[in-house]
Amino acid sequence: MMIELKDIKKDYHLGLETVHALRSINLNIDENEYVAIMGPSGSGKSTLMNLLGCLDTATEGTYCLNGSDVSDMNDDNLAEIRNREIGFVFQNFNLLPRASALHNVELPLIYNGTPSSQRHGLAAEALTKVGLGDRMQHRPNELSGGQRQRVAVARALVNNPSIILADEPTGNLDTRTGDEIMDLFETLHDGGNTIILVTHEEYIAEHSDRIIRLRDGHIERDEAR
Amino acid sequence: MRLRESAVQLKENVVIALDVIRNHKMRSFLTLLGVIIGVMSIIGVQSLIEGFQKSIHDQIEQLGANVFQVQKYPVNVGHHDRDKYRNRKDITWEHARAIEKYCPAVERVAPEAWHFEIVIKYRDRKTSPANVLAGGTPDFFANNSYYIDEGRAFSEVDVQQKRDVAVIGKDIVDALFPFEDPIGKSIIVDGRRYEVIGTIEELGRRFGGSEDNKVAIPLSTFLKYYGTNRSLNITVQAASVDMMETAQEQVIGVLRAIRKVPPGEPNDFEIWTSDTLISAFNDMTRVVRIGAIVIVSFALLVAGIGIMNIMLVSIRERTREIGIRMAIGARRADIRLQFLIEAIFLSVMGGLFGILIGVGLSQLIALATPVPAAIPYFTIFLGFIVCAAVGIIFGVYPAAKASKMDPITALRYE
Repeated sequence: MMIELKDIKKDYHLGLETVHALRSINLNIDENEYVAIMGPSGSGKSTLMNLLGCLDTATEGTYCLNGSDVSDMNDDNLAEIRNREIGFVFQNFNLLPRASALHNVELPLIYNGTPSSQRHGLAAEALTKVGLGDRMQHRPNELSGGQRQRVAVARALVNNPSIILADEPTGNLDTRTGDEIMDLFETLHDGGNTIILVTHEEYIAEHSDRIIRLRDGHIERDEAR
Repeated sequence: MRLRESAVQLKENVVIALDVIRNHKMRSFLTLLGVIIGVMSIIGVQSLIEGFQKSIHDQIEQLGANVFQVQKYPVNVGHHDRDKYRNRKDITWEHARAIEKYCPAVERVAPEAWHFEIVIKYRDRKTSPANVLAGGTPDFFANNSYYIDEGRAFSEVDVQQKRDVAVIGKDIVDALFPFEDPIGKSIIVDGRRYEVIGTIEELGRRFGGSEDNKVAIPLSTFLKYYGTNRSLNITVQAASVDMMETAQEQVIGVLRAIRKVPPGEPNDFEIWTSDTLISAFNDMTRVVRIGAIVIVSFALLVAGIGIMNIMLVSIRERTREIGIRMAIGARRADIRLQFLIEAIFLSVMGGLFGILIGVGLSQLIALATPVPAAIPYFTIFLGFIVCAAVGIIFGVYPAAKASKMDPITALRYE
């Protein structure tokens, strides 16, 4: 099992009030699954996404990622897990504006100490895989929205992570470009990658093999398609 | 493994730091201005002081390792301290004669007197008041390392007969006798007429000024015109460098006897050697140095606050970048290092400019004025270290602040 969530709870304190963002989530995701997490705003899907991405830790419960328990890890270990195991794709791309596409893709490799000789090759390979082999020296502002998201996907792929975690990846793109990105995910999935997609668009979720619907911090429905 | 990671990241951090500075040229420059001015001033002051010091040391060493002086006042007394020594008995020609007679370790004794800001005239020509009149005996020249260029020095006879004869330095020759042979000519020094009998070889610039501004006349003539109610300096040359100590002891013994200093009392006169002169001069420049350091410390404090301020602004602007870096695997320590390096780079870069401008300026001053300058290598090295320290001290807080950001909040920051 790649991901095992057991009795995950997440509380936030807003002043004196406690918000239960997640109430007892139990969830298993296997290798090479293509999962969509859906739900209205306030359902807890962002919180779940942050937990799955190791950007945050749960208040209660255990999270096993690829066999290791990450629930009680400290910041530094979580940073290493994010670097090795998780590739993020964000709605607003989150690329470094002044760095070239190549450098943006190299960034995760910098933080695990890959020497620059290997780094360029790996980053170029990832960019070629997403169809941007000819745009490597372009800066984000010289690229279209679709191309920027491809750079972000290449960055997510470059370290061969266990999961690709995409948060509304088509939210800032027009329909046609969005479809191209979804096709790209399809290809990655076919190539053996595990993909978790957070979205509120039904037609985007339909690209996945399994849809998990959240409401008020609970899993309301979990259906394979 | 850890080491290799660090090396990879260090390179990345340096690249980022340079990129940020390049992308905010104006902002970086203004921030650096404080560091630049601070470092520039300290380097400028130090190079001038060191240049000055070197020339003074050379000058003092030219006195000779076997020469010392007897004077009424200690080296380097301020005006109010002077009163303390005023009541000492004057040092007289008699003392010089006694030293000559009773000190076997002494080779030559030359009593001398000085008068400053002297104007010299010859026909319709006239010097500036930057000249100095000395009264001496024939050994005055040897004891002060003055060599006769043309003509002759004054003799014992000149001294005995209080003749109005003068030996003049190169500056005065140049000013009064551009096209003539000065020997045998009649000049007017401070309103009195003298015959030029010799010239002193060019000495060049020392003490940051010319040494060739001397008019030497017999001591007897000097006392005749300027009064005997004064304390003389006695220049004493020991028989050899090895005899310096002995010669000084003998001179002290003779002078204490003549001046009737009771046993147990301290000397009521001073022995000046090149060592005491150098240390006195170093004491003097130390005050200037310390003053400069205090002022520069304040400048660097202000500069450091400027760096801290701009780093805080930069971190706020780049909140999302920090979030991105954290999301893809930067540890808190990585973020901290990144911003610390940026602050150090800013500061050291300012230091570099400051050093260049400071050295350049002092060299310019040295070219345009008689003030000498040296390149203060140690201060330059120190300047770098201090700038790096300023970067670290004032970069720590912003860097820590950046590293403590919550990645989720940082990613959402607009």
